[in-house]
Amino acid sequence: MTVDLAVDLGFLKLRNPVLAASGTFGYGTEFAPFLDLSSLGGIVVKGLYYGPREGNPPPRLVETASGLLNAIGLQGIGVEAFAAEILPELRRRGAEVWVNVCGEDEDEYLRVISFLDGLDGIAAYELNISCPNVRRNGLCPALRPDWTYDLVRAAKERSRRPLVAKLSPNVTDIVEIARAAERAGADGLSLVNTFLAMAVDPETRRPRLGNVFGGLSGPAIKPIALRMVYQAASAVRVPVIGMGGIMSGRDAVEFLIAGARAVEVGTANFVDPAAAARIVREIEAFCREKGIARVSDLVGTITI
Amino acid sequence: MPYAVKIPIVRKQSWGDYHLFRFQAPEMAAAARPGQFVMIRPGESTAPLLRRPISIHGRDRGALEIFFQVAGEGTALLARRKAGDTFDVLGPLGRGFDLDAPLDGKTACLLGGGRGIAPLYFLALELADRGALVKVLYGGRTADDLPVRDRFEEAGLELACSTDDGSFGFPGLVTGLLETEIPVRRPDFLFVCGPDPMMKAAAGLASRFRIPAQISLESVMGCGFGACWGCVRRIKRAGAEAWRKICEDGPVFPAEDIVWEGWK
Ligand SMILES: Cc1cc2nc3c(=O)[nH]c(=O)nc-3n(C[C@H](O)[C@H](O)[C@H](O)COP(=O)(O)OP(=O)(O)OC[C@H]3O[C@@H](n4cnc5c(N)ncnc54)[C@H](O)[C@@H]3O)c2cc1C
Ligand SMILES: Cc1cc2nc3c(=O)[nH]c(=O)nc-3n(C[C@H](O)[C@H](O)[C@H](O)COP(=O)(O)O)c2cc1C
Ligand code: FES
Repeated sequence: MTVDLAVDLGFLKLRNPVLAASGTFGYGTEFAPFLDLSSLGGIVVKGLYYGPREGNPPPRLVETASGLLNAIGLQGIGVEAFAAEILPELRRRGAEVWVNVCGEDEDEYLRVISFLDGLDGIAAYELNISCPNVRRNGLCPALRPDWTYDLVRAAKERSRRPLVAKLSPNVTDIVEIARAAERAGADGLSLVNTFLAMAVDPETRRPRLGNVFGGLSGPAIKPIALRMVYQAASAVRVPVIGMGGIMSGRDAVEFLIAGARAVEVGTANFVDPAAAARIVREIEAFCREKGIARVSDLVGTITI
Repeated sequence: MPYAVKIPIVRKQSWGDYHLFRFQAPEMAAAARPGQFVMIRPGESTAPLLRRPISIHGRDRGALEIFFQVAGEGTALLARRKAGDTFDVLGPLGRGFDLDAPLDGKTACLLGGGRGIAPLYFLALELADRGALVKVLYGGRTADDLPVRDRFEEAGLELACSTDDGSFGFPGLVTGLLETEIPVRRPDFLFVCGPDPMMKAAAGLASRFRIPAQISLESVMGCGFGACWGCVRRIKRAGAEAWRKICEDGPVFPAEDIVWEGWK
């Protein structure tokens, strides 16, 4: 039995529902030794600001119970180096490229989009309105519906490409934010970004991260991520891309059943650099085993 | 090109908290260079989650060796593996030591502190192979912290030891031993791996005596192959300082490029 893995996001057709999550897949080229980049539904490259960025002082990573706490601070190369050094290689390798768009303020988000709009070979933008690591207190536009609305709307008006808003889980009511992003014209939503968290060293009585706070990812967050993806997908009509702690095909299937049209694989890429490709195969095997002809038939099939 | 394999441990040796594994990995061994490392999954489950970086300690035809000290949960779990058990290894990774300078007839002094001795065994054999006169200075807290000293001697390499508590060899720090060594036979090159304060002190000596030194740094690593930007250290190049990924640009750096200020 062959399984049709393709999924239709409305604004874009994906060859399969698995994307590599931003910030956990480098600029994509780092993974070329381990998997065929063109075998994934897409790769969302590391968050891009307009110019290069320094990032936070180390330590930037702490491992917690089945989780990873990071405070990288979006160190990166900026749009010009991305265009010159990275994008051509990704295109040559047949990758479906999404760019995670960042900004210190609305103006910078729009400048990044304008610059990228001038390049060929990008499938969509994921608007990162939810990074908790840039400001000390973890503030980001995705914490408030009005901020979310204003930024998504401005970005959507500027962009010539499909735009997916990446939401933060650090909110009281994810539905309110999801609806604000949809109202502002987002073509889709992706969630969740990392949970604002911290770790303390009892010996030194100091925070373990240089930045004090960091973002928690990995299997530890999966149940909360699933709940939020379910809530968001139930509340909006645009497609939802789910993520948070996906390590296996079965984990991915849980998100699809909860209502996600596609998934992103994050922290798992660090542990197993071929994880995203493996998860595609595992989803296929799951469908075959259950006699499901099209993976899209799984989406939103949860019965309560 | 790095790759991941699940392979059996063909030999295991242990000395208290220190362990040496040998595994058969012909392609990895052929590609490996001294100073490179591998990323090892401590277990099969998600706790601990991340791989742990461990240096390549030795190479013997198609086999590789690692030497590690239990430092926490991950290395403790790894230490429980027995010969015959498989483990998941990704490598070889990093850039390793720069051995481009002519080495024939030159004196190379290798300074290893504690588990920092790990990459220096592979390096010492390679340097000796290329005609360098190798002197290894191996420091530990106590005599029990120098478990692989016999290996250097068995390989015919010149070795001197130091212990913090004076229970074996030179009493004091291994950098103190280096200070006594320099006036007797000034090395042409220094290669250093150990705890940060020791490497910082060694960098100070290298600069004072104008000896070119290469230092193998450590940092917490999320991936080991350049994807997470978690492993950075402050590095100065062409006058400009930046956070550089040690898994990709290192872990070995010229001593003068390393910025120690503000680093514990
Ligand atoms: C390039 C490189 C090569 C290394 N080679 C060797 C080797 O050959 N033999 C060996 O015994 N050890 C080596 N290490 C150190 C080893 O990776 C750490 O001891 C190990 O990751 C600790 O994991 P754990 O789960 O046992 O301890 P954890 O509970 O994770 O940590 C215990 C302590 O070690 C610190 N630590 C955690 N990860 C690292 C790390 N990556 N580097 C330094 N300190 C860390 C923590 O902050 C904590 O203080 C190397 C490290 C690097 C970066
Ligand atoms: C080291 C690291 C860096 C990240 N960088 C970004 C980023 O640049 N932009 C972004 O939108 N999300 C970023 N994220 C969040 C991930 O894309 C993802 O939303 C989150 O990790 C949850 O998925 P996971 O549990 O599968 O990792 C980062 C996560 C990690 C662990
Ligand atoms: S360990 Fe991930 S970038 Fe170096």
